[in-house]
Amino acid sequence: MTVVFDCAVWFASLCFVLAMLCALLRLFRGPSAQDRILALDTFYINGMLSLLMLGIRSTSTVYFEMALLIALFGFVSSVALAKFLLRGEVIEP
Amino acid sequence: MRPVGRRLPPLLVLGLVVMWLLLNQSLAPGQIVLGILLAVGLSWAAATLRPLQPRVRNAGTAIKLILVVLRDIVRSNFAVARIVLGLVRDREVRAGFLEIPLDMRDPHGLAWLSTIITSTPGTVWVDLSPDSTRLTLHVLDLMDEEAWIRHIKTHYEQPLMRIFE
Amino acid sequence: MTEAELPLWATIPAAVLLVTGGLLTLIGSIGLLRLKDFYSRMHPPTMGMTLGSGCVLIASMIISTAILHKPVIHELLITLFVVITSPVTAMLLMRAAAYRDRARSQR
Repeated sequence: MTVVFDCAVWFASLCFVLAMLCALLRLFRGPSAQDRILALDTFYINGMLSLLMLGIRSTSTVYFEMALLIALFGFVSSVALAKFLLRGEVIEP
Repeated sequence: MRPVGRRLPPLLVLGLVVMWLLLNQSLAPGQIVLGILLAVGLSWAAATLRPLQPRVRNAGTAIKLILVVLRDIVRSNFAVARIVLGLVRDREVRAGFLEIPLDMRDPHGLAWLSTIITSTPGTVWVDLSPDSTRLTLHVLDLMDEEAWIRHIKTHYEQPLMRIFE
Repeated sequence: MTEAELPLWATIPAAVLLVTGGLLTLIGSIGLLRLKDFYSRMHPPTMGMTLGSGCVLIASMIISTAILHKPVIHELLITLFVVITSPVTAMLLMRAAAYRDRARSQR
């Protein structure tokens, strides 16, 4: 049974890495600034998920904390970038 | 409107305590005391920042609404996957904006509606008119506008009105 | 790895959930790459953020519960956080895009 589970974990990791590559391509290619922000958002979510796969493989909780930190900082940075596009400044006076 | 910061929102306090204990992975009495102190302090600060407090009137409807939203998320995930992979061949998939007249005025209900609509793949909330009577959505598969409007009004808006108003 | 004693009841659902979540997230990112205009591209990444991360987090909860022999539910925090925050980002981004398009068409 372990073989099945190993295959599933490898497959999912592969999927997430490929998804990160897609997001990276869009990040470099994206014609407009909002495309790039959307790609960055997708990129960090996929990176967080692949970190969680590492956590499942090694059964340690360090990866969990890393994933939580990536989620927190990614959210703040995406909101700041989107707000910058909307207003031209992040924190309004 | 209630005076500022007189009553602590109980759900927020409970949620913060549970979150603190989950983050620390322990049920030690010291952690519980610390968590309660932090939760009360933080929700007091939040209550002074935001004087308008929601009131949930109908918990049964809320649970039913959550189940409906989960089912819709799963269903529309597979619908969007089919569109992305190009499996919809019998007709042309057309994306576009959709305007829906709203009957709901409660700000918390509107906030929940926007979260629900945005977190289902295939629909994204774009804008609300300044007098909050019309909302604009972007829909990936705009096959039947009437069906979309009916779905959102009966499945999301009416339960939310029963919960919050 | 300590998966030698992984029981059957945990392995099958976890493997199925992982494969589904991975595929959905991948399809979402392919959609981000394939679709034609920005507003359509907003939709597919939501798949990875809702059902994709949900599947992975449930699978990870099942596995760590089965290995450590006590319920491990702190992955719920990440799910909750992602589910609460991703609509906020999407809405802000959508408003920014609509605003920029309007500003460009006026110029």
